[in-house]
Amino acid sequence: MTSRLARHAGLLAVLALACMLPFVLSNFRLFQFTQVYIYAIAILGLNMLTGYNGQFSLGHGAFYAVGAYVSAIMMDRWHVPYGWTIPVAGVICLVVGFLFGLPALRLEGLYLALATFSLALAVPQILKYFEHWTGGSQGIVLSKPKAPLGLPLSPDQWLYFLTLAVLVILFWLGANLLRGRVGRAIVAIRDNHISAEAMGINSALYKSLVFGVSAAYTGVAGALSASVIAFVAPDSFNVFLSITLLIGSVIGGLASISGAIFGAFFIQFVPNWAQDISKAAPWAIFGVFLIVFMYVMPFGIAGAVGRIWIRMTRSRVLQAGRDPAPAHHAHTTT
Amino acid sequence: MTRTRKLLIAVLAVGLAGLIPALAAQTVVGVTATEIKIGNTNPYSGPASAYGTIGKVIGAYFKKVNDEGGINGRKINYITYDDGYSPPKTVEMVRKLVEQDQVAFVFQTLGTPTNSAIHKYVNQEKVPHLFVATGATKWNDPKNFPWTMGFQPNYQTEGRVYAAHVLKNHPDAKVGILYQNDDYGKDYLKGFEDGLGEAAKKMIVLKQSHEVTDPTIDSQIVNLKNSGATVFFNITIPKFAVQAIKKSHDIGWKPVHYLNNVSSSLATVLKPAGLEASRGLITALYMKEVTDPQWKNDKGFQDWVAFMKKYYPEGALDDQANGYGYNVAILVAHTLRQCGNDLSRENIIRQAANLKNVELPLLLPGIKVNTSPTDHAPIEQEQLARFDGERWVTFGELFDAFRKQ
Repeated sequence: MTSRLARHAGLLAVLALACMLPFVLSNFRLFQFTQVYIYAIAILGLNMLTGYNGQFSLGHGAFYAVGAYVSAIMMDRWHVPYGWTIPVAGVICLVVGFLFGLPALRLEGLYLALATFSLALAVPQILKYFEHWTGGSQGIVLSKPKAPLGLPLSPDQWLYFLTLAVLVILFWLGANLLRGRVGRAIVAIRDNHISAEAMGINSALYKSLVFGVSAAYTGVAGALSASVIAFVAPDSFNVFLSITLLIGSVIGGLASISGAIFGAFFIQFVPNWAQDISKAAPWAIFGVFLIVFMYVMPFGIAGAVGRIWIRMTRSRVLQAGRDPAPAHHAHTTT
Repeated sequence: MTRTRKLLIAVLAVGLAGLIPALAAQTVVGVTATEIKIGNTNPYSGPASAYGTIGKVIGAYFKKVNDEGGINGRKINYITYDDGYSPPKTVEMVRKLVEQDQVAFVFQTLGTPTNSAIHKYVNQEKVPHLFVATGATKWNDPKNFPWTMGFQPNYQTEGRVYAAHVLKNHPDAKVGILYQNDDYGKDYLKGFEDGLGEAAKKMIVLKQSHEVTDPTIDSQIVNLKNSGATVFFNITIPKFAVQAIKKSHDIGWKPVHYLNNVSSSLATVLKPAGLEASRGLITALYMKEVTDPQWKNDKGFQDWVAFMKKYYPEGALDDQANGYGYNVAILVAHTLRQCGNDLSRENIIRQAANLKNVELPLLLPGIKVNTSPTDHAPIEQEQLARFDGERWVTFGELFDAFRKQ
C-alpha cells in the first residue's frame, strides 16, 4: 500500500515538474522535450506490441508517417483544426494496424519483423505516388498552431502542454489496459500462446487488436509531430525512424510503461551527444552508447530503475525491523 | 516561506537575464569583435551522405580564411550539424543554431525537403538563410520569403536556357518532353514553356510524364518517337535518364536531345547508357567540371587543387561537390567582406541581395553572381555543352535566362 502511495506521489511530482518546465526552459529546449514526449507515445505503442505481446515490428515508422500525413492532409486540404486531426489519425491508424495485423497473424518472430520492415520501406515511396494529396517528395508545409483562447503561451509552450496532455491521457489509458485483464491476456499470449488459448483467450483477436492499438498510439504521435515540425515529407519517415523507435523501446525497457519515456529521452538526446563528442563518426559513438546501455542495463533503463527502487525500499523495510517485503512483481511487467 | 520567495526571485532573475540579451541583440546576433558565428546543416549520415563533403569543404575553406586573418579581423566560427537529410532533424538543428548557438545566419543548408521544413521558421525569426544547396525555384521568392536566398541556377532557369537555344537554332522544331511528375519535373517544364513563350503551343507536340516509382519509361519514349518530335527535352533523374538515352538509341530515334543537368554525370548516366548512345546530348553547365582536363592550367582550378591539398587532403579531387562547396564558401566570405563592420542580420541579407558581377574560381568563364532585392537567384547564367563521346564540350555563348537573347 505504501509503495503504491509512494509511486503515485512520485508520478505527481514528475508531472508537476513537467508542467513547470515551460516556464524555465528556452523554447528550443521545450521543442526538444515535446519531441521526447511524441517519441514516448510512439514507443509505448511499439512496446505494447513488441514488449507485451511479443510481436516484433520494424515498421512502426510507417504508422507514424500515416498519422502525420492524415493530420497534415486534413489541415492542408480541408483546413480542419489540428486538434481534431489527432484523434482521426489515431482511429485511421487503428484500422490500418488492425488490418495489417490480420495477415501478420501467420508470421512469427523474425518473419513478422521482416514483413513490418517492408512496410517501413514501402510507405515513403507510396506517399510519393499520391502526389496530389501528399505533395510528393516536396511534402506539405504547415503552419505552427498558436495557443487558443488567447492564452499567453508561445507556440512552443502551447504544443508542449498539448503533447504532455495527450501523453498523460494515452499513458493512463495504456496502463489501465495493460495492467488489467486484457493486459494479462496479451502477456499470456507472448509467454505461451498455446496455454493462453487453452485458458480461453482468443489469441488471433487479441494479437490483431494489439496491432491496431499499437499503430493508433504511433499514429497519434505522428499526428502530433506534424504540428510540432509544421512540415511532412517522405524523407521525414525513412526506415531509420522505425529502427530508432525499436532502439528506444529496447533501451527504455521492453514491456515497461515508464520505459517508453526513458527510451524516448535516449533516442532524442544521445545522437546529439554523440555528434558533440565526435563529428567524424557520431554513429560509432552512438553504437558504443547502445552497447554500454545493453550491457549495463539488460532490462533497459526502466528495468535498472526498478531494481534500484526495489533495493531501496527493501533496505528501508529491513531497517524497520520487519520481514522483507514479498518480491515486487516482476519489473518487466510494470 | 522566505526560501521559496528567494527561489522565485532567482528563477525570475535567470529568466530575465535570458530575455535581456535576446532583446538587446535583436540586430547583431552571433557577432563579436573577434568572431562571426555561421550555422549550417548537412547530411553527414543517411541516404544523402555523399553530399556531406560539401559541409566539410566549406569548413576547410573557413579554416583557410581564419589562418589568413579572418574577415575584417573577425574569425569565422562555423558550426555545422548532421541532419541525416531528415526534415524533423533539420528543424531541430536549425533551431539549435538559431536559438542556442545564436548564429548570425544559416548558410548552405542542404536539400529541398530539409530546407522546406525550415523555410517559414527562418523567415519568421528573420534569420538570413543564404545560398541554400538545392535547385528548386521556390528559394527565389523575396516577396514572401525575404530572408531566403538560393545559389545554383534553379530548374526553371535551366529550362529557360534550353528554350532559348531551341528558339534560336530550331525555330521550326516539333518538341517532345518527358518529365517526372513532381515539383522537380514541373519546375523544369515551367521554365522551358515560359522560355518558349508564345511559340510553346505550336512547338510542343507531346508531353509525357512518369512517376518516380515507375519501373520503366520505355512506352513514353516510343510515344514520343511516334509523335514525330525532332527535339527531345529529357527531364529525368539519372535512373530514368539512362533508360531514355538507351531506349531512344535502340529504336533509332535521333532527335536533338536536351538532357537536364541533374543527369549530366558521366559516371552515373552516360557510361551506363553507353558513350556511343550518349554522343550529341546537350546539357547546361555553370561550373567547371573538376575532372575535365581543359582546366588543368586554369588559375581557379589550380588554386582549388592547392587549397584541397593543404586544407582538405582527405577530400576527393574528382568529386564535383568539393568544387561546389569551395565556390559557395568563397561567395559567403565575399558577402561578409562587403558587409564591412555592420554585421547585423539586416545588413547581411541586404548585402547578399546586392552582389554585383562576383566571379567565383570554379564557375565557367564569364558566369557571374548577381542579386538584387527582387532577385534572390545568384547564378542565372549557364553555358550549353555537347557530349562528344568522351566528355562535355562547351559551345556557343553564355545564356542568361532572363535577358533577351
